[in-house]
Amino acid sequence: MNQENLDNHQDMDLAQLPIVVEGLTKSFGDFIAVDHVSFSVKAGDVFGWLGPNGAGKTTTIRMLLGLIKPTSGSASVLGFDPVTQTKTMQAHVGYMSQQFTLYNELTARENIQFYGKVYGLDREELGKRQDEIIRMAGLVGRENVLTSRLSGGWKQRLALGCAIVHRPQVVFLDEPTAGVDPISRRDFWGLIYAMTKKGVTVLVTTHYMDEAELCQRVGFISQGRLVAIDSPSRLKQTQMHGQVLEINCSDPEGGMRVLKTIQHQGQIPILEVALYGAQIHVVLPDVQEYKEAIRNILLQKNIQVNSIEWIAPTLEDVFISSVTTFSP
Amino acid sequence: MQKRRQRLIALILKETMQLLRDRRTLMMVFGLPLIELFLFGYAVSLTVYHIPTAIVDQNKSPESRNFIQALVNSQYFDITETLQSEDQIVNEMDAGRVKAGIVIPPDFPTQLVTGNANVLILLDGSDSFSVQSGYSAASIVAQNYSIQLTAEKITRTGAAGGSLQQAGTMPITSSIQVLYNPDLRDLWFILPAIIGMILQSMAVVLAAITVVKEREIGTLEQILATPTRPLELIVGKMIPLLVLSLILIGVTLGLGVFWFGVPFKGSLWLYLWLSLLFIASSLGLGLLVSTIARNQRQVAQITQMLMIFSMLLTGLIYPRSAMPAASQFIGDLIPLTYFIRISRGIVTKGVGLAFFWGDALVLLIYGLVVMITASFSFRNRLD
Amino acid sequence: MIDEITLSAEGLSKRFGTSNGSNNAVDHLSLQVRRGETYGLIGPDGAGKTTTVRLLLGLLSRSEGKSSILGFDSMNDTYEIRERVGYIAQQFVLPADLTVMENMSFFANIQGVTREEQKNRIPELLAFAGLTDFTGRLAGQLSGGMKKKLALACSLIHTPQVVLLDEPTLGVDPVSRREFWNLLGNLRAERGLTIFVCTPYMDEAERCTQIGLIYEGKLIASDTPTQIKRLVNGELLELTPSRFVPAQELMTGLEGVLEVQTYGEKLHVFVDEAVRRTPQIEAALNTQGITHQGIRRIEIRMEEAFISLIRRQAHANEKANTETELKGQK
Repeated sequence: MNQENLDNHQDMDLAQLPIVVEGLTKSFGDFIAVDHVSFSVKAGDVFGWLGPNGAGKTTTIRMLLGLIKPTSGSASVLGFDPVTQTKTMQAHVGYMSQQFTLYNELTARENIQFYGKVYGLDREELGKRQDEIIRMAGLVGRENVLTSRLSGGWKQRLALGCAIVHRPQVVFLDEPTAGVDPISRRDFWGLIYAMTKKGVTVLVTTHYMDEAELCQRVGFISQGRLVAIDSPSRLKQTQMHGQVLEINCSDPEGGMRVLKTIQHQGQIPILEVALYGAQIHVVLPDVQEYKEAIRNILLQKNIQVNSIEWIAPTLEDVFISSVTTFSP
Repeated sequence: MQKRRQRLIALILKETMQLLRDRRTLMMVFGLPLIELFLFGYAVSLTVYHIPTAIVDQNKSPESRNFIQALVNSQYFDITETLQSEDQIVNEMDAGRVKAGIVIPPDFPTQLVTGNANVLILLDGSDSFSVQSGYSAASIVAQNYSIQLTAEKITRTGAAGGSLQQAGTMPITSSIQVLYNPDLRDLWFILPAIIGMILQSMAVVLAAITVVKEREIGTLEQILATPTRPLELIVGKMIPLLVLSLILIGVTLGLGVFWFGVPFKGSLWLYLWLSLLFIASSLGLGLLVSTIARNQRQVAQITQMLMIFSMLLTGLIYPRSAMPAASQFIGDLIPLTYFIRISRGIVTKGVGLAFFWGDALVLLIYGLVVMITASFSFRNRLD
Repeated sequence: MIDEITLSAEGLSKRFGTSNGSNNAVDHLSLQVRRGETYGLIGPDGAGKTTTVRLLLGLLSRSEGKSSILGFDSMNDTYEIRERVGYIAQQFVLPADLTVMENMSFFANIQGVTREEQKNRIPELLAFAGLTDFTGRLAGQLSGGMKKKLALACSLIHTPQVVLLDEPTLGVDPVSRREFWNLLGNLRAERGLTIFVCTPYMDEAERCTQIGLIYEGKLIASDTPTQIKRLVNGELLELTPSRFVPAQELMTGLEGVLEVQTYGEKLHVFVDEAVRRTPQIEAALNTQGITHQGIRRIEIRMEEAFISLIRRQAHANEKANTETELKGQK
């Protein structure tokens, strides 16, 4: 936990930053959902808000949107106080929630029209904006399809379109690409980039670590507390306690079991062992020292080792090693 | 078969537990009927008292004055005008100043003696409650005087000189009311029917919702993928609802009898059995609704429509015999129509199966037809 | 016995609504899965994954072809299948107002597990899933990951030989996903379970014995992960450029570059010969003033294969469509 790192923007005039959070806390009875969280986001940045389910990510977003009142602490979005200036602020903020905000019985275009009207666009503006959004979301040719008939990837893009119909300066995206296929995910992030090029600030939660790498800064929250915050590259340098060994073997699951047993027995100081697809990542204090030992152990168990190398840690390695699992 | 029984019990248990834990639905199931009951018992009155009445006394004798006094004493009539002719009554009615008019013939006393006394009562046709109350009240008084009461229902045209329309056959139910409800307590007339209304609404809604909700949430697909047969699924859902409905009858009936003092003249056993039949038909109707409705909102809309039809066309408040053929036809399609006759028969008249075996049979057939139709729509596939 | 085919489909097709041949939700799909294997069905959203699973289970009626599980036909022997198969539907939500224990008992009874067997199996499954301390909690109050594990336990309570899972870990965080698959892996090791799973997560697909890649209803590849990766042309180079978009544009135009993909802040460049092209790429980057943190050759993973193969197919489909259009216009 680097208190010093928690706000690199102290030298900048806080009032000019689109998102500033200070000591934000929310408790529900005895349960502290968000525990004195502080951070800020620069204009045009994509801020990754990461953490296990139930850690407090969505609660934080809801406070920033003015949907929940904080128990203590403060926040400012585009200079507005979400609590006292909720409606004024919301006119400049977009939100795409985890559960879709779309109406299944309406067509894509009708959904956009609805949100346009709800955000107060007048007829002329709405007419122009509709077509813009349909183009931006790549929905040309699909705009009159019933939303229920659209597949997941298209729905995501439509939902994004509806969230920005009023040209907000700040956009909150809560797991926008959950379960979406690799191609659609990349297309979606292309849309996010296009937005930030125009100066829009984005706060996004995601479980896909490759997406997290695309953020300018990333904050990890666990059990309500901000555990780490920095750029992805610095996080990988500073938050990684140990080195990562990547193993390709003939039986990944079997290999996992073997290494977990070793970890328990303690002969080798294994800090973490986890499956990444068909590869195993082992975190050790010193890779070179134990690399051969591990190879031999696996070979002894009749597991063929195709490759075993020291790699630069990914954000997911950092995530797993620095965040405690939230138990139900 | 052992497995089938095991499945059925598991389904019934699950539905029961879910029902019992759904506080809001339970509150509604018991709360709404109680509210309705108390409303009808205390607040709503179908009887109109103090009807503004015009008198044309062509006799002006002590006998005629006695008769008029008897009418006034009944509380039903307030003599507001004394007129000279029928036409004048019609004018006043047209203008809305009176709702009833009584015409006593010039040779009233002589008629009384010979037993041929004939009094004319004119009633404002636009106000059916007044018509009913006025006619019923006047009938009683007339009976006590051994008077033949001729009734005419006037259609108001809103202009001077309204046209007279023969009332024709006055609703037989009114006279039955008079016979069996000498105090004309509304509740005794309404309660047996209200019980049916409440039961039908609850049964239809609950049956429809329980299926549609599962379809909406998606757990239906999950259960279909097990060895469960669609029929077992339906029975598992219906049995707890059946039990709930029986409890509901018990409660409403009990309240009606012990709290409101409505007399229960017939066989309780028979009543419960026939109620069971009625509930089954209503549940079946609910299942049918669930095959049409795509989501819970649609269920609400359909059942609302059903409720309106039930209120208007089943004989709950308005007598069926006065309705045009189309309305009667729709009423024939609603289970409540048949149950009302049964319920009123047993509760207020104490009659036995012999009187309405036809209605009971219809309910039986209705239930079977509806259930079979519905179960055809419950396939073991999603399409 | 080990080679026994537990799940198979032949020319399986499903049309919805119109009888237009090109609107098949599932289009002449054929596959075979053996006992103990894990078959992963992957593909873009709306490609036909859920429809395929439902057809196999007989939850939808097929338009053409046939399919069977454990030798029982999906349409004609539906109940025999359902007695022997476990299923987690995509939208599956357990009855939220029943407790963990009540849910387990309900599904056990529905599946015809005897009282005796229940006494042993339920505690066992609960222990595996880490739910022993939560038997009295309402299912609706469990965390997302716990709900999925409970769903898994309920689907396995009758010791099925085959399990069909439709995106079972959707929306759940990476740690819980791993726990879910740990659980499944342990259970499979004990019982020789055949698993058929639809998943949007490529890392889960990596671990399957066979993978089926489905696109617009058609199975464009069905093989072991290794074989599928071989379908991708070229050798894969990974690099982290200092300036992303310029680097990406630069790569696309270079000689010998077959395809360029992105992964987070990394570029994945497919070249015809890694050894030959690596120095060429480095030189090109240098002339543009783009620095990079090393460039290494890596093995293709399912994520890259997915993107490459789907793109290729989409391109081919588009070309075919334009050609048919042109022909029609003549």
